[in-house]
Amino acid sequence: MHDNEHTEHHHEESFIRKYVFSLDHKTIGKQFLIYGLIMFFVGGGLALLFRWQLAYPDRPLPIIGASQQYIDEGEVVTGADRMWERIYESDKEEWLEVSMPSGVITPEFYNMLFTMHATIMVFFVVVPILVGAFGNFLIPLMIGTRDMAFPILNMLSFWLAVLAAIVMVMGFFVPGGHASAGWTGYAPLSSDPQWTGVEWGLNLWAISLLLQGFSSLVGSINYITTIINMRAPGMTFFRMPLVIWSLFIVAILLLLAFPVLSSALALLIFDRLAGTTFFSATAEGGGDPLLWQHLFWFFGHPEVYILILPGMGIASELVAVFSRKPIFGYRSMVYAMIAIAFLGWIVWGHHMFQSGMRPGLGSIFMTTTMLIAVPSAIKTFNWLGTMFRGSIRFTTPMLHGIAFVSMFVIGGLSGIYMANTPVDIFIHDTYYIVAHIHYVVFGGSLFAIFGGIIFWFPKMYGRYMNDVLSKIHFWLTFIAFNCTFFPMHILGVGGHMRRISNPQQYEFLQGFEGMNIFITMSAFTLGFAQLILVFNFFWSIYKGKVAEQNPWQVNTLEWEAPTPVPHGNFGQIPTVYRGPYEYSVPGEESDWIPQAQPEHAPATSGD
Amino acid sequence: MLQWLPEDVSTFGQGVDNLFHAIYWLTLIVFVLVIGTLIVFLIKYRHQEGKRATYIEGSTRLEIVWTAATTVIVFVLAMFSYPQWNNIKSPTQFPENPDVVVQVSGKQFNWDMTYPGPDNEFGTDDDLVLENELHVPVNAIVHIRLTSVDVIHSFFVPQLRLKQDALPNRFINVWFEATKAGRYEIPCAELCGFGHSGMLGYLNVHAQADYDAWVQERWPQ
Ligand code: HEM
Ligand SMILES: [Cu+2]
Ligand SMILES: [Cu+2]
Repeated sequence: MHDNEHTEHHHEESFIRKYVFSLDHKTIGKQFLIYGLIMFFVGGGLALLFRWQLAYPDRPLPIIGASQQYIDEGEVVTGADRMWERIYESDKEEWLEVSMPSGVITPEFYNMLFTMHATIMVFFVVVPILVGAFGNFLIPLMIGTRDMAFPILNMLSFWLAVLAAIVMVMGFFVPGGHASAGWTGYAPLSSDPQWTGVEWGLNLWAISLLLQGFSSLVGSINYITTIINMRAPGMTFFRMPLVIWSLFIVAILLLLAFPVLSSALALLIFDRLAGTTFFSATAEGGGDPLLWQHLFWFFGHPEVYILILPGMGIASELVAVFSRKPIFGYRSMVYAMIAIAFLGWIVWGHHMFQSGMRPGLGSIFMTTTMLIAVPSAIKTFNWLGTMFRGSIRFTTPMLHGIAFVSMFVIGGLSGIYMANTPVDIFIHDTYYIVAHIHYVVFGGSLFAIFGGIIFWFPKMYGRYMNDVLSKIHFWLTFIAFNCTFFPMHILGVGGHMRRISNPQQYEFLQGFEGMNIFITMSAFTLGFAQLILVFNFFWSIYKGKVAEQNPWQVNTLEWEAPTPVPHGNFGQIPTVYRGPYEYSVPGEESDWIPQAQPEHAPATSGD
Repeated sequence: MLQWLPEDVSTFGQGVDNLFHAIYWLTLIVFVLVIGTLIVFLIKYRHQEGKRATYIEGSTRLEIVWTAATTVIVFVLAMFSYPQWNNIKSPTQFPENPDVVVQVSGKQFNWDMTYPGPDNEFGTDDDLVLENELHVPVNAIVHIRLTSVDVIHSFFVPQLRLKQDALPNRFINVWFEATKAGRYEIPCAELCGFGHSGMLGYLNVHAQADYDAWVQERWPQ
């Protein structure tokens, strides 16, 4: 970052303007990235807490939990005991005392933990990183322009997201605790405080999501405008890299989907605070709990594709670049994404097969859902086609790209089981769903994110991330991820419900104790592995090996810009002469031809 | 993997399990083919000094082939599923003349089972209400009127391959026919509050004679 000073004598900006309230899309992108990584730790930490409870129900947590002697006989043995002693002796109701007395997670707190884990991961980690960080950083650079169409809106989008995160985290500390109705917030559990005892926690949850929705809305308008209007000369739509296509489509989905959630949240807040009954089923009120589910999933299914499409885009870049080949079926990749975006609007009912929705509708939604598996399959085959007869470089970003493809295959295939209405009767609301979610969102989106971070880090910070650490992180994550989430399919087949805090209460789940312990140990390993990534990330910003301008020999425009990229990105706006994936063109000396390289000029060999 | 499925004791369970198995084999084959191909490609086409990638932009024929193939497969799968689904969930297709009708009502955090009593009508004085204990005869058609008095719960009997959400102020009809006597758990499968974990009822499937004895003993006269 210090290097910036040398390239930017022309106008010195104050620290605040440059790093805090910045209007530069690159800075805002990095801000979103760091924001997402911080929230990743919050969300991950919550998961580890409830994983402990699932493996060792009602046993005190390690380190902060009291000892068994203290719990049984009140005898202070460990340092943690002393802490609990102090907490119990004080007159004040301390937060820890309410949520986890002696380090044992209460059922109420358990529900808050998984609710907030999912909420944070979906709305505060994956979307901000994929859309906020990669979207902001990549769009202007890859389409060849100097900044976003509306830099001030862009800044607003980030700071609204910060505000939303603050409100969301605050929810833990209000009396009554945080929202505990699941990230899906089904009414009437969510719409009437009497059913959970949660008052302001759930209100804050809704308000925070409204703010986050506003942030996404502002961001998406910006992306759409920028991509339509500000492409460099020669950058036709069908010369755009797939990651830009994916972000473009996602921006449209966000623009259309989030208002639906916002409306639903507004009605929910009215129900809770103003005594309306949109979602409650009292005979006088005329509301309907299923209305919430329809609204939520009408937003929610497009939302899950918002979570994966940019991942698909990033994976496409990685697979093409490191196979040194054009994307197989570029246009069919674009059409598949468009098909997913359209079909995504007519499948929401697959979350509601067992909800009491008319069974005939179930059959219709099964059909549309099965159809959406088709474009997903097309994309997978095209990634394989891209590797076919390639010259594959096993760089760390590529490892993540390969992991993305293979994990997405598992997630997509498990989707077929649940799309099948009779089978879904059994696996709905079991760990099978949890396995599916994590194969697509962790196995898919997060591996793409990791790969993308390592891939674009040299452009972001002018340095490489440490490759040894990156490789250790990759393999640990890949193995621990599969050990954590694959067995959840088996739990689901055994009928293990999701969202229960103590499986030991059920006769038919007795056989799964060992598996739950195994999953928890894997989860802790997985969590630990992420520390390596974050250490590597921050360490490399300052200490990483200095990178050249185009270290991976990539065709797309972001690598034309000097490193680190100055304000305004390009000295002169590049002109685009060809598609983004002209690798290994026959008759050319070099195996890559940058998009901005004029025809007939001698091939450059990277500087 | 499917040996982990709980024992199946309902008449429609076999249909569900067959689909489960069919999809299992289908997805397993696809998985092995795709991942196998991936691994072969990774080994065969790894970067080797002096060897360049082959420039291939794609193949319209292949795109058409795999689009058509996957579409056909998923539609065939759907065709096999409609009848099973309707058989289990469509009230118009339920077997008529049930042997037993029970009203099951979710209530934070219990299942209330209401029998209509000798007069066969709900809401009369001779109704029998039991907490968390459902009794039915084996090999008999049971209809359940499922509802809730507060939030959404979900009536789940793993061994019957049956799950249905229970909604406040709405009666949803469910049916089953158990094929084996025994005592089975009825967990709640939809988050319903802090007592969701552990919300648990029991389905007691009796031989006909035992069921009759139970009716004799417990039902109001
Ligand atoms: C091949 C494509 C896919 C199919 C056929 C499919 C099918 C389904 C179905 C039927 C459900 C509902 C299951 C139930 O609740 O009983 C579901 C849940 C879910 N899916 Fe997918 N899915 C696919 C891809 C994806 C992708 C790409 C994502 C996200 C990146 C995703 C994320 C989710 C999530 C988050 C849920 C659970 C929501 C919840 O109840 O909390 N799915 N999927
Ligand atoms: Cu969905
Ligand atoms: Cu429940």
